[in-house]
Amino acid sequence: MKRQEHSVTRQEWVINLVIKVSGYSSILFVTLIFLFLMREGLPALANAPLSSIFGARWYPIEGYFGIWPLLFGSVIVTLGALLIGIPFGVGTSVFISEIAPPWLNNIIKPVIEILAGLPSVVLGFLGIQVAAPFLRRLLDLPTGLSAFTGAVLLALIATPTIVSITEDALNTVPVSYRQAALALGATRWQTIWGVTVPAARSGILTAVMLGVGRSIGETMAVMMVTGNAAVLPHGLDALFKPVRTMTATIASEMGEVANGSPHYQVLFFIGIVLFVLSLAVNIVASSMSLRGRTRSERVLS
Amino acid sequence: MNRSFTRARLQEMLGNNLLRLITFLTVLPVVAIIVYIVIKGAPAITWEFLTQMPRSGMREGGVWPAIVGTFYLTLGTAVFSVPLGVAAAIYIAEYAPDNAWTRLIRITIINLAGIPSVVYGLFGLGLFVLFLNFGTSILAASMTLSIMTLPVIISTAEEAMRSVPQSFRTVSISLGATRWQTIWRIVLPQALPGILTGVILGLERAAGETAPILFTGVTFFLPRLPASLLDSTMALPYHIFVISTSVPGMPVKIQYGTVLVLLVFVLGMNLIATFIRQRARARRMW
Amino acid sequence: MDKIVFDHFNIRYEDGVESLRDINFSIRANAITVLFGPAGGGKSTLLRAINRLNDLADVAETSGRILFNGVDILDPKTDVVELRRKIGIVFSRPVPLPMTVYQNVSYPLELMGERRKSRLDEAVERALKQAVLWDEVYDRLHDPAIAISGGQQQRLCLARALALEPEVIMLDEPTSALDPVSTARIEGLMQELKEQYTIVWVPHNVQQAARMADFAAFFLQGELVETGEGKTLFINPKDRRTSDYVTGRFG
Repeated sequence: MKRQEHSVTRQEWVINLVIKVSGYSSILFVTLIFLFLMREGLPALANAPLSSIFGARWYPIEGYFGIWPLLFGSVIVTLGALLIGIPFGVGTSVFISEIAPPWLNNIIKPVIEILAGLPSVVLGFLGIQVAAPFLRRLLDLPTGLSAFTGAVLLALIATPTIVSITEDALNTVPVSYRQAALALGATRWQTIWGVTVPAARSGILTAVMLGVGRSIGETMAVMMVTGNAAVLPHGLDALFKPVRTMTATIASEMGEVANGSPHYQVLFFIGIVLFVLSLAVNIVASSMSLRGRTRSERVLS
Repeated sequence: MNRSFTRARLQEMLGNNLLRLITFLTVLPVVAIIVYIVIKGAPAITWEFLTQMPRSGMREGGVWPAIVGTFYLTLGTAVFSVPLGVAAAIYIAEYAPDNAWTRLIRITIINLAGIPSVVYGLFGLGLFVLFLNFGTSILAASMTLSIMTLPVIISTAEEAMRSVPQSFRTVSISLGATRWQTIWRIVLPQALPGILTGVILGLERAAGETAPILFTGVTFFLPRLPASLLDSTMALPYHIFVISTSVPGMPVKIQYGTVLVLLVFVLGMNLIATFIRQRARARRMW
Repeated sequence: MDKIVFDHFNIRYEDGVESLRDINFSIRANAITVLFGPAGGGKSTLLRAINRLNDLADVAETSGRILFNGVDILDPKTDVVELRRKIGIVFSRPVPLPMTVYQNVSYPLELMGERRKSRLDEAVERALKQAVLWDEVYDRLHDPAIAISGGQQQRLCLARALALEPEVIMLDEPTSALDPVSTARIEGLMQELKEQYTIVWVPHNVQQAARMADFAAFFLQGELVETGEGKTLFINPKDRRTSDYVTGRFG
C-alpha cells in the first residue's frame, strides 16, 4: 500500500508538470508566431527600399511594394462593415436580451451560432455568385466586386462576434437598474436606451473592437469579392470600387513568390503589420472590458 | 402629461418594431443562405459526386479527395489541439495561481484568438513548412490549424470546468483525494459535455478554414488520395475557392454541390455539439 | 486522552477575515467536543485547519502547532492525504458527489487504490449501516445520490467519511439545512458513534451546542474565550461574554 502511494505521487508529479507546461504553451506560441514573422519579414526593410514599402503603388513585379493601398483597402472594407454591422449587431443583441420572448430567442440564437460557423469561403462564394451581380445591378456599377460587397459580407461575418459580446454585456447590467428606471415611470424603450445600453457601454465597445479585429483579419470572403485592385482612392465613391486588402494580398500572392525574395519578405512584413494590429485591437478591447468592470463594481459598492 | 405619455407609447411601439425588423434582417440572410445552397446544391449530390475523383480539370467527376483531405486535416487538428488545449485549460482553471504569469497566459490566449487566419498561414509556412522542413503537408497544415484552434478549446474547456461547483472539489480533497484525482474523477467527467462542445466548435472552424492551409498543406489537384502525413492534400474549402475563382467554364451545379458538402460537414458538427450540450443539461447530476 | 492539541495556534487569511489568534486547547478522544459562538468567530477555520483543508484557501500565515496523536500536522513534511483519511469532515450543506449512492461511499476507498468489488461492497454496506442509512437506500444504491432526500444525503456524506474508518469526525453545522426529524437522527447517531470516534461538532445554534456537548469551546471574533466540560460551561460560564451569548443577549 505504502509503495503504491509513492508511485501514485510520482506519476502525478509528471502529470502536473505536463499540465503546467501546456498551460504556458500559449505564451510560447504567441512568441513563436512573432519571432517567425520577424525572421521572414524584417529583412524586407533591408531588401526593399523603404520609399517603396511606404509608397503609394503596389506592383510587386516591378519592385513597387507600397503598402498604403493595401492598408487603405483593409480600412475601407472594415469601416464599411462596421457601418452596417454595428446597428444590426447591437440592435439584434438589444432585441434578444431586452425584448424577445424566450421561445423566439431559441430560434434566433442558434441561427446566429450557425452564422458564426459558416466558413468564410462559403460566404465568398455566394458573394461572387449572388451578392456581387445583385449589387452591380441594384447600384448600377461597372462591377459588383467592390469594397462595398466585401463590407456587406464582413458585416455578416462580424455580426456573431458583436452580438454575443454585446448580449453578455447587456445581461450583466443588474436587473435592479432596469427596475429602478421602470419604477420612475420610464417606458421599456426609455429604460433600454437611457439606462441599460449606457450601463453596458464598455462591453459594447469591446464587442465593436473585436468586430474590427475580425474584419481586418478576414481573408477569403474579402479576397473573393473585393475585385483585388490595389489602388489608392481618388474620391468618395471608393467604397463602390474594387480594392485589395492586406490579407487578400498575402493569400493571393504568397503561393507564387520565391521563398526569400523581397516580394516574399514584404508579404511577411504585411503579416507583421496585421499581427501588431490584431494585438493592439485585442489589448484595447480587453482593457476596455476590464475598465468597465471595475467601474461598475465601484458603482455597486 | 397625457400627450407625453402617448408619445412615449408611440416611441416604444415604433422602436420595438424597428428592433424586430433589424433582428429579422440579421437572421433572414442566414436562413436564406442555407436554404439557397441546399436547393441549388442538392441536384449535384450523387453517390458518384461524393466518391469519385474530379475529372476534366474539375469540371466533371466528384469531390472525394477533397472530402478525405478535409477529414484528415480536421482529425490531425484534433490530435494536436485537443490534448494540449484541454491540458492548458486544466492548468488555468485548476492550478494557476492568481499572479502576473497567469494574467500573461490569459492575455496571450486572447491574442491567439485574435490573430488573423492568414497570419497563421504565414507562421505555419515559416515554422512548419520551411524551418522544420515538413514541406506543404497534412502535418504542417494540421499543426497550423491546431494552434489557431487552441484558444477556442482552451476558453470553452476552462469555462466548463469552472462551472463545476467548488464544493465537489472541497469534498473530494477532504476525502483524501489529490488534486489530480479530483480533476480526473470529478471535474473532468462533469465538464466533459462542455469541453466536447468547445472542441467540436473549434474543429468546425478549423474544417472550414482556407487561409491557414493555403501555403501549408493544400494543393489544387491531387490525382490520388494523400498517402502519408507528409503528403499535401486537397480540401473542401480550398476546392471551393479554386473552382469558383480560377476554373473557367466551371459548371455552377458542381460549385453549389461542393459548397453543400462543406456546409453539411460543418453544420453537422454544429448539430452534434448542440445535441451533446442539450443532453448533458438534461442529465446533469447537480 | 488528548487526540488533538492546539498550541499557540494562529492563522490569518489574505483578506483578513476569520483569523484565529493564539488558540490553546485540546480535544479529547471518544467524546463530542462542541465549538460554538457567533458567525465569523473562526470555528470553521479551525476545523479546516485540522485536516489542512485551509491549504486550498488564501491563507496568508499560520504559526504555532496542531498536534494530532502527538505529531504536528502543520509540519510541511506531513502527508496531507494520509491526514485527511484519518480526519473526516461533513459540511453544513449536504454535498453528494455527482455519482450514485454506492459510488459516493466507495469513492474515498477507490482513491486509495482499492479495486476489489467484494471489499468495496463490504465497506459500503458497513458505512451505510453505521450511518443508519442502509435500510433506506439498500435497494437504491445505484440511483444518483441527488435523488435521495436532504436528510438522507447528509447521512450519506457521513457514511462517505466513515468508509475510510477515520479516527476523528468533524461536523460543520451538519444539520443547518435539515428538518427537525433529520436533525434528531443525526444527533442521536453521533451520540452512538462517539464510542468509537473522536467527534468535533460545530452546531448551528446554542441549544444544539448545549444538547450535544461533552466538552465545549466558545469562540468570539477569532478568540477562544472559554473551554470546559459541557455541563459546567453552559450552566455556569466563567466569562461574561460566554454567559451573555449562552443566555441570548447577543449573537
